[in-house]
Amino acid sequence: MVTAAGLAAARAVAAAVPDPELPMVTVADLGILRDVATEGERLVVTITPTYSGCPALREIAHDLRRRLAASGFDEVDVRTALAPAWSSDWITADGRRKLSAAGIAPPHAAPARSGPVPLTLTTRGGSGGIRVSSPPELAEREPVACPRCGSADTTRTAAFGATACKALFRCESCREPFEHVKAI
Amino acid sequence: MTEDEFAAYQSLSEETEDHRWAFGTGFTDPLEGIDASVPDGVDAAALTAYCLALGDDALIYSHRLQQWMTRMPELEEETALANIALDLLGQARMLLARAGQAEGRGRREDDLAFFRDEHEFRSVRLAEHTDADFAQLAGRLLVFSAWRLALFGRLAASADPVLAAIAAKGANELAYHRDYAAQWVIRLGDGTPLSHDKMAAALGVIWPLTDELFRADPVAARLPGVAADPAELRAEVDAVLDAVLGAATLDRPQGAPLARVAGKAGRDGVHTEPFGYLLAELQSVARAHPDATW
Repeated sequence: MVTAAGLAAARAVAAAVPDPELPMVTVADLGILRDVATEGERLVVTITPTYSGCPALREIAHDLRRRLAASGFDEVDVRTALAPAWSSDWITADGRRKLSAAGIAPPHAAPARSGPVPLTLTTRGGSGGIRVSSPPELAEREPVACPRCGSADTTRTAAFGATACKALFRCESCREPFEHVKAI
Repeated sequence: MTEDEFAAYQSLSEETEDHRWAFGTGFTDPLEGIDASVPDGVDAAALTAYCLALGDDALIYSHRLQQWMTRMPELEEETALANIALDLLGQARMLLARAGQAEGRGRREDDLAFFRDEHEFRSVRLAEHTDADFAQLAGRLLVFSAWRLALFGRLAASADPVLAAIAAKGANELAYHRDYAAQWVIRLGDGTPLSHDKMAAALGVIWPLTDELFRADPVAARLPGVAADPAELRAEVDAVLDAVLGAATLDRPQGAPLARVAGKAGRDGVHTEPFGYLLAELQSVARAHPDATW
């Protein structure tokens, strides 16, 4: 029997598991950890993938089992929940602060989805002029502030980054490149 | 890295059984812990075939994108295509796993991906097309992602809760893929005379493959409330393509659909010649070393 105190302890252990790709934040900060509950003698931990192909989910499940076992929880089921689909809106305020402190710009509010998804297009131009070799810029609904100097004068340099959840930016004020967690 | 940051990986190398360090080894079922039952009243055989076809579309398309790796003109496009390929591979894994569940014969995602032959693959022929240049890559990705997004938008309300969840999740990814492809089609179409002509020529090559996307599907017809009627998708896809082509100063290509073989095409397991080469590359290691772990 898992007691109420035991469940609270298990929750704390699970919530402290770092994300393998963004180790400055935990799975709870990112909203990947959906639930910690009991079923009889067993502890049931529910997680959700950020992106369909995210390879980190398996490592997270493994780390959850390992840490919970180390805290005395031997019978642990880690389950995946696909619905509702993960949204970057689930990243907590604390998680956003930690991302920002690590030089990663947190996401804006995710676009509301109902009915056909509208195209997001921008016309080229602006101060940069035409750079034939540069990647196209997807529309940003709001400027992404530089996590280093706070400037809103930033440019997206790539729509995708080193992991599925991020895009690449450059600050035009302090000239530093930075990553941005995509709003999804 | 702090000790804590390292722990997620370190713990994997300490395992002696199937938990290995490297990504891509000993993967567990992507639907682990999800209720695998098929809802009452749903034709399980049809659901199997339907999920298989949608999974095959993503698996084959993902592989074609992976073949572009190391060949992109810029690192940014390389990471973009790798990410898109990864998203599609994730969708493929879940859909093939769902097909295996609905089939109920114990076949898993790997059995379905690596141990079926060409005529058993149900992907549309657009998915297997070999992009001859970057313009074809961009044009094909625009058409494919616009179509798949329209489809997944409807499947998010499917009466099969697993398919609905996979579609709702995938739709978010596909919207991003579509916007990425649209930006490049516009950039090339509304670029230099040379890039315009190359983009127009690319669409001319892609277009004959689009008719198949909207053809009546007897499998979908057996799944009322679960599947989407392909014909219903055309208006939404056309609206997107018209908007992009308009901004790109490109005309919608005119041209006959790619011929079917004795009335059959991708959804019937009839593919174009390059498919066999793709499949050989995709499956050769798994077939040479069945059940190997490394």
